[in-house]
Amino acid sequence: MEPFAEIAHEHAAFPGGIELDCGRSLRHLDVAYRTYGRLSPRGDNAILVCHALTGDQYVAETHPLTGRPGWWSELVGPGRAVDTDRFFVICANVLGGCMGSTGPRSPHDDKPGEPWGSDFPPITIRDMVRAQKRLIDHLGIRRLFAVIGGSMGGMQVLEWVATYPEAVFAALPVATAAHHSAQNIAFNEVGRQAIFADPDWHEGRYWEKGATPARGLAVARMVAHITYLSEQALTRKFGRRLRDASSLTLLDDRFEVESYLQYQGSAFVRRFDANSYLLITRAMDFFDLAAENGGDLGRAFAGARTRFCVVSFSSDWLFPTAESRTVVNALLRSAANVSFVEIASDKGHDAFLLDEPDFHRTLAGFLAGCAEHLGVA
Amino acid sequence: MPDGSSRQERIADAARSMRVDLRLIADLVEPGARVLDIGCGDGALIGDLFRSRGCDARGIELDMALVTRAVAHGLPVMQGDADTDLVHYPDQAFDYVVLSRTLQAVERPLEVLRQMLRISARAIVSFPNFGHWSLRAQLLLRGRMPMTKNWGRMWYETPNIHPCTIRDFFALCEAEGYVVEQWLALDDEGHRAPWRRYPHLANLFGEQGLFVLRRSTNRVSG
Repeated sequence: MEPFAEIAHEHAAFPGGIELDCGRSLRHLDVAYRTYGRLSPRGDNAILVCHALTGDQYVAETHPLTGRPGWWSELVGPGRAVDTDRFFVICANVLGGCMGSTGPRSPHDDKPGEPWGSDFPPITIRDMVRAQKRLIDHLGIRRLFAVIGGSMGGMQVLEWVATYPEAVFAALPVATAAHHSAQNIAFNEVGRQAIFADPDWHEGRYWEKGATPARGLAVARMVAHITYLSEQALTRKFGRRLRDASSLTLLDDRFEVESYLQYQGSAFVRRFDANSYLLITRAMDFFDLAAENGGDLGRAFAGARTRFCVVSFSSDWLFPTAESRTVVNALLRSAANVSFVEIASDKGHDAFLLDEPDFHRTLAGFLAGCAEHLGVA
Repeated sequence: MPDGSSRQERIADAARSMRVDLRLIADLVEPGARVLDIGCGDGALIGDLFRSRGCDARGIELDMALVTRAVAHGLPVMQGDADTDLVHYPDQAFDYVVLSRTLQAVERPLEVLRQMLRISARAIVSFPNFGHWSLRAQLLLRGRMPMTKNWGRMWYETPNIHPCTIRDFFALCEAEGYVVEQWLALDDEGHRAPWRRYPHLANLFGEQGLFVLRRSTNRVSG
């Protein structure tokens, strides 16, 4: 399979590069981003949306590669919960991503004519946040009205407050945790091993052969996709139904759930780079906000005056409610202003991307309450 | 907010719709204070404290549907349990902690009160008075567990597992060394009842007790 199409993404260039947590640095940094709405004259209505593992900056518009609606277009837009008539919404492709921000597909610092590929230095969630901070500074925003994100995006939200507490008025970590659990790391490892086992992997230098480890990446996506759903959601959607057959013949009949997962896998490889996938899943696995703060999660938020709204979903077993509650309790220890809601949903982790009216109302209400406190009309 | 109604209108609406006993509680709180409302329901009290008194008011509520409604109205409310979640707050994080009509339903009332007065300078506690004459009369005459508007569920399904009387509560404050700064008896509508100086009468005729407590500063040890 051919590598996916190269297209130009709107971006900000930082020729000074960026220092990374691993001790190495990138000599050049690009941050690809999209904005929606208008920044107020006082610059106090900016909301940064942080995307998840396989998301990107095209949060509220048709995706230029897939032609599909933005991944949070239900939530972000004119008159929506994150109202772009009112707020200036920014979404940046994460550092290490493959939609225009510096990552494994970017030119190698030391090898002219080559991409970074698997030579790209390991990155952390904090590195991603530092890159976003450069963009925010570049846009002339001193304090974000809110930072919002689900899953890995939620990790970035927590890291934003821990790293730049003065720069965040309100934080909305959704369906996330302060560290990646052993179970999450285990699932990520299955995905990584599937990529390594693909004959088209070529030790990460698949770009040299004009190839891409599509089957391995698709399997990684399929495994991950199962973890995003719940048993009830799979049963409701597919049950034991067969595709194009009325009864099981043990020959080549397929269950609908199989063809669904295969479709998810094959669609994914047309828009995602395998080296990026490896790099970003590793960044998630490394994430441990308590460990970054001497083992005490409360210290990560000490003195933060940020208002929090922590949201979890009842059927999410990848980032279960208990993990959100751990974050909430740490916030309470630092006397932070915390709202916490567990939304009743049977759609699993994926619920944060789907049409969940209670979630959307919660988010809109929290933002409205924060705006009232700040006097942002 | 671009919702059509003015700020003043919304404040007036909130004040009109708020339970009378919550109105009384709101009047006990100083403007600008840090307040935690435990069992805050849909957040009527904290909304009022923020909007009309400029308080930093937050809430905890057990019922997730009420929490969702409160947060959707822009109020800082978290889903949590008075019995287990107060321990996470630091000492003296608030000026007032409110527990209205909830004490009788918690598992460990003593521990909840201790936590309240650890995390806050003052505790405002209201509870339905089990010493009211109508309850006493029902028990005396019918020999069955009383059923009234305040005590409307059968004994086997009531969430009110720790009923107490106004005099019981005075005794508890005495035993725990809490100073009763103010107290009121309320009638069935939640209005102030005229038994202020006579705890025995208040205990007979008050439907609810409302107390403002603080920890004794010079408590005799022992």
